[in-house]
Amino acid sequence: MEFEQILFYLFSFWFIASSLAMILSRNTAFSALFLILSFFSAASLWLLLEAEFLAIILILVYVGAVMVLFLFVIKMLDIEDSTLRAKFTGYLPIGLGVAVIVIAEMSLVLGVDQFGLDVVPQPIRHASDYSNITELAMELYTIYVYPFELAAVLLLIAIIAAITLIHRPDKRAKKQSIEEQVNTQAKDRVRLVSIAPYKKKDEQ
Amino acid sequence: MITLSDYLILSAIVFCIGLAGIFINRTNIITLLMCVELMLAAVNTNFIAFSHFMGDQAGQIFVFFILTVAAAEVAIGLGILTLVYRNKGSISIDVTNSLKG
Repeated sequence: MEFEQILFYLFSFWFIASSLAMILSRNTAFSALFLILSFFSAASLWLLLEAEFLAIILILVYVGAVMVLFLFVIKMLDIEDSTLRAKFTGYLPIGLGVAVIVIAEMSLVLGVDQFGLDVVPQPIRHASDYSNITELAMELYTIYVYPFELAAVLLLIAIIAAITLIHRPDKRAKKQSIEEQVNTQAKDRVRLVSIAPYKKKDEQ
Repeated sequence: MITLSDYLILSAIVFCIGLAGIFINRTNIITLLMCVELMLAAVNTNFIAFSHFMGDQAGQIFVFFILTVAAAEVAIGLGILTLVYRNKGSISIDVTNSLKG
């Protein structure tokens, strides 16, 4: 067995095992940590496939930003496990049944007969001075430059949407409202009250 | 040697694990989001395997855009989740039935 094959089976094992642990874990924080392990295994597999840039992006963006955001939310919200897991076992048979059937069907379609080495030959490995980032950048900044800019706009929209959803105006904040200032009337500010004259009792 | 078929079956298995996770944990919104992320990772593995074996960089570019969209989706999804928790006091799917007739 070649070294590359050993690596493939090792990373695949960790990918599948941590994914299973993620969906079966009863603690949401543990699920998030197992998902981080599966992302690491996926990144290792992508390295085997010579997609170095995307492997590093997966770790930096997904593990570094997205999963930390998940962990923040999990720790911030007070999640009661008992009610959330009440239906856990109820849907287990149908979930496993659907998954097994889909895996069987896809294995039949994607088997060695259709995508084996004699159909799709093993590509030649690149030399050690090959740069995946340069190759990607050459395409990204020429052919795919408009989708790239659209992706930037999409991220901006996501930032604005997330802030608009979450931001709650502070009730104690002293904020100037020009409309209220212009529309104010004298009767809103000064209240004239007629008070009947009276004498203090001890002066009499 | 590792064939393209190995990578495709691996990602099919992980995709189905994510699918089963949605069936199993259908009360917890956070776990549902994480299962969707797992399915996206499986699909991205598919794209990169095809890109490697066909010698075409377009698959990797596509994965790049999928990662961008998924990051935006998670940011907004967790924002909505926080709002649901703030308004309903729980993140169970069962409390989000206000649209039910």
